[in-house]
Amino acid sequence: MFGLKSASLFGDTKKLEREIDEFVDIVSEVGLVFKSIVPTYLNHSANGKFEEMVEKVKEMESKADKITKDVEHTLYEETLIPDARSDVLRLLEHIDELIGMYQGNCYHFSIQKPNFPKEFHQDLIELTETVVNCVESLCLTVRSFFRDIKSVRDNAHKVTFYEKESDIKFSSLARRIFDSELPLDQKMHLRYFVEKIDRICDQAEDIADEVQIYAIKRSV
Amino acid sequence: MDITILIFLFGGLFLGWSLGANDAANVFGTAVGTRMVSFTSAAIICSVFVILGAIISGAGTTETLGKLGAINALPGAFAACVAAGISVYLMTKVGLPVSTTQAIVGAIVGWNLYTGSSTNIQVLVTILATWILCPIIAGVTAMGLFTFTKRFILNRKLHILRLDAYTRTALLLAGAFGAYSLGANNIANVMGVFVPISPFTDINISNLFIFSSKEQLFLLGGLAIAVGVFTYSKKVMYTVGNDLLKMSPVAAFIVVVSHSIVLFLFASQGISDFLQSINLPSIPLVPVSSSQAVVGGVIGIGLLKGGKEVQWSIAGRISLGWVMLPIIAAIVSLIVLFVLENIFNLQVSF
Repeated sequence: MFGLKSASLFGDTKKLEREIDEFVDIVSEVGLVFKSIVPTYLNHSANGKFEEMVEKVKEMESKADKITKDVEHTLYEETLIPDARSDVLRLLEHIDELIGMYQGNCYHFSIQKPNFPKEFHQDLIELTETVVNCVESLCLTVRSFFRDIKSVRDNAHKVTFYEKESDIKFSSLARRIFDSELPLDQKMHLRYFVEKIDRICDQAEDIADEVQIYAIKRSV
Repeated sequence: MDITILIFLFGGLFLGWSLGANDAANVFGTAVGTRMVSFTSAAIICSVFVILGAIISGAGTTETLGKLGAINALPGAFAACVAAGISVYLMTKVGLPVSTTQAIVGAIVGWNLYTGSSTNIQVLVTILATWILCPIIAGVTAMGLFTFTKRFILNRKLHILRLDAYTRTALLLAGAFGAYSLGANNIANVMGVFVPISPFTDINISNLFIFSSKEQLFLLGGLAIAVGVFTYSKKVMYTVGNDLLKMSPVAAFIVVVSHSIVLFLFASQGISDFLQSINLPSIPLVPVSSSQAVVGGVIGIGLLKGGKEVQWSIAGRISLGWVMLPIIAAIVSLIVLFVLENIFNLQVSF
């Protein structure tokens, strides 16, 4: 009886480990796609490819949702990690929201089609890259929470670094937009997009802070 | 078998039941309290291994208890067990984790006082000394094991889920070891006083194996402990697992292992003989308190973490309980013996 239970315990554990790894992989991949989506959008000639990439982000988001639900069910049904279960589930939900933010940005680009003049392209691409780097560092932080608790702090520190970078780039770009000769409605529209991209970093930083607290709680 | 003998044995079974409800809860308390092991799994493993420990290795501590005071009449043994059982029950009602060990020692001293038999002071001092040593050894063992395990886990970079699976398995194994050690060490409390006056005879099973009267007594005691585990230990397990210190599952495992090592040390004839053979002082085979071992282990880990998280007021109350219990048991023993002798006209000693 206990032997079988033990075998199923280790089987569930391995399956869950894989699912959580896959979930973090998705976050990272969505970021990489997003990094290409912005320049692709700005390059109007490749709109077909842009929509294709948006569709890909949507698929990845659905996959991440499914994994979150699976993990949630298994953790509760098998009463695994009772001391850290609620923390892990909250963490996955918040990361899922992050994927949702990426997806939301893609949809807004697709539906509202903001008109970014060429002079802002490079700044917008750089802001996007910083945001994706920030989320990449968050992925490392989350992976270390699960496997190597000692590295959580170092990785979380990188998230904070990129978040500050992103704030600087956001402020600079927003300032340049409002200093330009564009009509106010377009300025507001562009600012909305820049701000929405920057918010991804804020969410990543909040999650990194959360992970640091969970890591302290998890300390053996 | 005479029905009166069964009634008298009931005293020991009552004490066995309270041992199952309280002491056995100590073994799996931290595991069940941290929700790493279900109560049913804990109760089954605990019962099986307590019985095995009692039958296979229960003899050593029984001898020591016999030396403290050889109760030579069944009503006297009954009185000692009932007195110990009542005392443990009273302390449990107050919410203090106590052990049958302290109660039975108090009750035997009570019998000695009542009947005018001499108490072997040397044995008594040895037992009292182990009660002080037991939580200290458990605490120090827990500190050492915890430091080592923590370092090992951090260096191995185990996934949180895999660590969880390993910890569960380790808790079950450590719990089984703990239950075995408890059976070996504490069966003397339950059935020790009946050994010199055992109503059973040896059973020869197909000329292969002799099931001695002592082993039959221990099996009966083990079964009583198992009933205690199943019927009353759940609440105590949650109390032990959560109240004194909020523990991680790994810390829970360390507490169980430390507790089990201490109980095993004080019950193992083999270790005692080995130490003697290399000219080291042998470990006295004394029934120690599982509550003291567990509390010692928990406090050891708490101290390692700086001591701030330990509920010192609860620890103080528990210590007071340890001092009070043998005294209360001795007094209750005197009362029960008086009642048996003067109201029921029973001979409590020869």
